Amino acid sequence: MGATSVVDDRHPELLKESGQREVFCGLTSIVWLHRRMPDAFFLVVGSRTCAHLVQSAAGVMIFAEPRFGTAILGERDLAGLADANEELDRLVKDLLERRPEIRTLFLVGSCPSEVIKLDLAKAADRLNTQLRGRVMVLNYSGSGIETTFTQGEDQALLAMVPLMPASDVDQLLIVGTLADAVEDRLVQLFGRLGIPVVTSLPPRRSTELPPIGPGTRVLLAQPFLSATARALVSRGGRLISAPYPFGVEGSRAWMAAGAEAFGVAPAQVAEVLDPLVERGRRAIAPHRELLAGKRLFLLPDSQLELSLGRFLHRECGMELVEVGTPYLDRQLLDAELALLPEGTRISEGQDVERQLERVRAARPDLVVCGLGLANPLEAEGIATKWSIELVFSPIHGCDQAGDLAELFARSLRRRAALSFA
Amino acid sequence: MELTLWTYEGPPHVGAMRIATSMEGVHYVLHAPQGDTYADLLFTMIERRDRRPPVTYTTFQARDLGGDTAELVKRSISEAVARFQPEALLVGESCTAELIQDQPGALAGGMDLGGIPVVSLELPAYSKKENWGAAETLYQLVRGLLKAQLPSPGFEKPSPQRWQQEGRRPRVNLLGPSLLGFRCRDDVREVTRLLDEHGIDVAVVAPLGARPADLMRIPSADANVCLYPEVAGPLCSWLERSFGMATVRTVPIGIGATTAFLEEICGLLGLEPPAAGEADRRSRLPWYSRSVDSTYLTGKRVFIFGDATHAIAAARIASQELGFQVVGLGTYSRELAREVRAVAQELGLEALISDDYLAVEAAMAEAAPELVLGTQMERHSAKRLGIPCAVISTPLHVQDVPARTSPQMGWEGANVIFDTWVHPLMMGLEEHLIGMFRHDFEFVDGHLSHLEGASAPSRPAEAEQQPGGQPAAAPMATALPGNGALVWSPDGEAELAKIPFFVRGKVRKNTEAYARERGLALIDSEALYEAKAHFSS
Repeated sequence: MGATSVVDDRHPELLKESGQREVFCGLTSIVWLHRRMPDAFFLVVGSRTCAHLVQSAAGVMIFAEPRFGTAILGERDLAGLADANEELDRLVKDLLERRPEIRTLFLVGSCPSEVIKLDLAKAADRLNTQLRGRVMVLNYSGSGIETTFTQGEDQALLAMVPLMPASDVDQLLIVGTLADAVEDRLVQLFGRLGIPVVTSLPPRRSTELPPIGPGTRVLLAQPFLSATARALVSRGGRLISAPYPFGVEGSRAWMAAGAEAFGVAPAQVAEVLDPLVERGRRAIAPHRELLAGKRLFLLPDSQLELSLGRFLHRECGMELVEVGTPYLDRQLLDAELALLPEGTRISEGQDVERQLERVRAARPDLVVCGLGLANPLEAEGIATKWSIELVFSPIHGCDQAGDLAELFARSLRRRAALSFA
Repeated sequence: MELTLWTYEGPPHVGAMRIATSMEGVHYVLHAPQGDTYADLLFTMIERRDRRPPVTYTTFQARDLGGDTAELVKRSISEAVARFQPEALLVGESCTAELIQDQPGALAGGMDLGGIPVVSLELPAYSKKENWGAAETLYQLVRGLLKAQLPSPGFEKPSPQRWQQEGRRPRVNLLGPSLLGFRCRDDVREVTRLLDEHGIDVAVVAPLGARPADLMRIPSADANVCLYPEVAGPLCSWLERSFGMATVRTVPIGIGATTAFLEEICGLLGLEPPAAGEADRRSRLPWYSRSVDSTYLTGKRVFIFGDATHAIAAARIASQELGFQVVGLGTYSRELAREVRAVAQELGLEALISDDYLAVEAAMAEAAPELVLGTQMERHSAKRLGIPCAVISTPLHVQDVPARTSPQMGWEGANVIFDTWVHPLMMGLEEHLIGMFRHDFEFVDGHLSHLEGASAPSRPAEAEQQPGGQPAAAPMATALPGNGALVWSPDGEAELAKIPFFVRGKVRKNTEAYARERGLALIDSEALYEAKAHFSS
């Protein structure tokens, strides 16, 4: 089923669809969150399906004992919630005994725990009282009925906001998980721009939360952090509106917006960033050669689609057939919408069968989609790029712009390289 | 409530998906929340399938829960039927939908779907698992399709030897092979060939590649072969009860089991028993295992864990056909725990029945095996413990779907098994030499080839820093002083010259090290043998 409505006067057609949504649930974000905070454990309270999902999304099995797991509800837990709470306490105690290095425990709600109304906030309170001082217990929902894929990170960060110490300190707060190397680089660049205090949420150590207050300017590194952004604003932070730091243009605008919030003179911004922009364009150039003029279809998945579409169109010369997004947060994506070419077809939500019909009809040169759809589309002769790689790879900033373009060019380059004649 | 870090099996509805996706012309409408579509990637990525699984999910969200989710189910069913025009429809729910009790099967029953067979699946997600779900789905689907063909009570059982009167070759069904099963694709091919060599045709293979119409031909065969009891066990029992169809229950994995399988099926169908010596003619395993190079396999301690079918087969092959000593045997298939316990008991062991991979790892460490035969999870555990491992069972990894034909069953399967299990171990001659020179850094795990010489010095230090890694045994080599005042006697040199050239340099180095350690100035043949004894002990 579909309906159209208006995004804004430049994008008159927003296709709103409802039907089967071929997307991950928010539990999937545990896969990158647990790597960002090595002293945290993510305990999903759910079913065997949840455990199987996280395991499958994580690429089926990693070497070490993972820092995430699932408390699988059994029939007895469903029969009596009192028992379920007792069971959860016992299981957490066992887990923490085996993993004494854990400082923060996230209890992650799932579809079944939400439906049976297992109160994980209460459980977290109860466990915090029992464990006072040793381990901080937080809770959030990563359930599919409430969150789509990357929204799981939004909910996890939201759970951390109340614990951030209040402070008036002047600082730039970067929000959203970044690869450590990328974060270091961005902090260094902001330092060169004359912004001395740059902090991050989530932090690398779960116990070292950045402060928040009226001196904090909040710069979102990811476009899917709506709830966290609102919570930070309600604690006094000022939200900076900018495109997201994908590609040279987005990264420059993003950093410039951060600098502007601290009154850095445009001349200094240009002095620091223009050489990076120039170098980034050079890195993109060989990929642009391949991508320019090619037609791109983005299926809704990671919520990065609008930003990526903007980058691939403006910096790599791709033509946008359709930009799908699981949901459209106009406030957070205002700056991106302004940069998309006029009349771009944007779709919100999904009816996967209808959307695939549009893909087949349009025969795009490249489709960005989830893992469930990639091989079937390739088998139909349509080149694809898996979207999940985009949330695992370091793609933020001017220095990564070339690598980001390469991820998309690689699919086309590989197809051109293969010959079985 | 039970803590799970990695699971051997998915939820039961994934088992149902395995049946639907293995077949043609079947569609599965699954009442499930947004996110449960992750299961598609098991098929499109691990199995590299070129099509999406034939599954329509309702993908309900929180906002739907306030409204009419039953309406959503009905809409999904009618749209799926209109779009995919299946020959049979499965309707079921995942764990979350089970809690909201929309009863999609009953809803589908009340709809006009143009007369296609509809099978309602009730797969309790909070007590059952993937293989159970697959078995139940296959059973319910076949039962639903064969309803009209059910013989009346008190019917006369059809004879498995009736082909003789009907003037045709005997024919059997191969039941159980499915997607996400271990090497099913190649097993079907191998078993079909094996049966053909004995004059037996295959009537229906199910679920892999079958259409609903094929399932309706199941009773036309003379017997059923229960190829994978985890998936086909309940169906075969029902066909025995309801249609009087005999079941061949020996799973032909390994030489002994393949021979027993042929004897069972030939006996049942009234065919000549297989000729003596067929195994030796058709498979290389018996001779390879008897050949002298395999002497070193004698008594190797092996730890076995997997699904029941493959664990039981592995125990028999390991203990009888390769001369290993089985020091641990277990399975995550609770439904077949009894069978695994019986085999373990014969081997003087207590079976480990568990789906906790950490308990399996602990048992593995305790048993101190020299080889692990397990799943991908045991492969990782074995790696941590520094034990070689071969994978014998699901859960499936993309590596377990090789491009080459690589069966486990039949004569060729035995060949594949010999190679797969023996290669992780060191070969006979190699092992002998390594015993002698085991202190040399060249023999330490992860040593460098000569091509990488430039970076060689930094490697042992790196290896030592790895948490939990084995300490590198390099110091012996680096601590060796140069060839100083040592003198080789003529008979020492003569003895050294007898040693094969490719190890002579190492023997010289080791012997000199030994001589220095002992304060010997002259190395004669006695010193060389002393050194050999020293390094071999």
